[in-house]
Amino acid sequence: MTPPQRKRREPKPPPPPQPPAPQPADGEAEPKNPERLYTVAGSEDGARAELDLVTLIVARDAPQPAASPEQAAVLRLCANPLSVAELSAYLNLPFSAMTVLITELITAELVQVRAPIVRRAVPDRSLLEAVMHGLQRL
Amino acid sequence: MDFNGSDTIPGPRTEDHLPHTAQAAVKIVIVGGFGVGKTTMVGSVSDIRPLTTEETMTQAGIGVDDNYGSESKTATTVAMDFGRISVTDKLVLYLFGTPGQERFWFLWNGLFEGALGAVVLVDTRRLEVSFDVMGRLEERGVPFVVAVNSFPDAPRYPVEELRTALDLTPEIPIMECDVRRRASSKEVLMTLMRFLHSIALTGALT
Ligand SMILES: Nc1nc2c(ncn2[C@@H]2O[C@H](COP(=O)(O)OP(=O)(O)OP(=O)(O)O)[C@@H](O)[C@H]2O)c(=O)[nH]1
Ligand SMILES: [Mg+2]
Repeated sequence: MTPPQRKRREPKPPPPPQPPAPQPADGEAEPKNPERLYTVAGSEDGARAELDLVTLIVARDAPQPAASPEQAAVLRLCANPLSVAELSAYLNLPFSAMTVLITELITAELVQVRAPIVRRAVPDRSLLEAVMHGLQRL
Repeated sequence: MDFNGSDTIPGPRTEDHLPHTAQAAVKIVIVGGFGVGKTTMVGSVSDIRPLTTEETMTQAGIGVDDNYGSESKTATTVAMDFGRISVTDKLVLYLFGTPGQERFWFLWNGLFEGALGAVVLVDTRRLEVSFDVMGRLEERGVPFVVAVNSFPDAPRYPVEELRTALDLTPEIPIMECDVRRRASSKEVLMTLMRFLHSIALTGALT
């Protein structure tokens, strides 16, 4: 039996940051790109927290009485570092809603953020070696 | 959502707490068509009980105007499983089992852009269900290895026949695995890391 045949694709320039505006429906069967239900509102200076799924969040302090129940829940969970993805899972909040909540906490200086290490054009060999050693010990 | 009984909000078990020394995280994505074993693989190597993060999206383009709260918007939830491995006291590795359809990927900020690499799972009974995702990774320049999840009744092809069928360059690792077994899933991840390391030695991809 012969397996089906695939054709390799070439790298593409990165797409523009925003998805194109939806076209009016004209009976085309192709599904349109979904949109996030929640978006992060700009903070006062217009800055926006770029939160990755694996950005680690750490509470600076125990929740104060003034904290909202949502904020208190995050602060309690982040007594130790925890990723945005895990917070979203434990609190049962969509990822984008989670980033809105965390952005508020960042603005209020209630949490610290530890950015992830991302893929680079030239990979960091010592990082890869650390991951390999860690996996070997599993 | 009820946050008032927040003492009852489930959190990580004490043994699942990351140490305060945890400085940064890296991620690997596990992709492949419907039912190839992504969730099983995440579960078999994760240190923690696998979790699910969701994203709610609205289906754009079906009679939606800018009037937020318009009842014509339909909300759909897309779920993604993930697990975690503590690599060192400072470094944490996350594994994401991503939904097959690419149109969902951009729902999660940086899911593919920042990933160190990807594992493409294939099932030789339905090789073609993983074709699209491989092409998408190539387009985005995400390095990947191919792991053949050996289901008992699946046809077995010699590796070089698979390489030809999948149109993969000679350096891309292809291996068999049984994602239900932790040791096998771990070996797949090690193969990906060795591949990424070899890219680091020889320069960029392609
Ligand atoms: N025999 C066998 N069964 C497997 C293996 N891996 C997964 N399965 C089974 O195949 C089914 C699909 O596996 P999942 O891990 O749910 O696959 P998935 O890719 O997450 O599926 P979707 O998220 O629905 O796309 C499950 O019933 C698994 O128990 C394997 O290596 N061998
Ligand atoms: Mg699954």
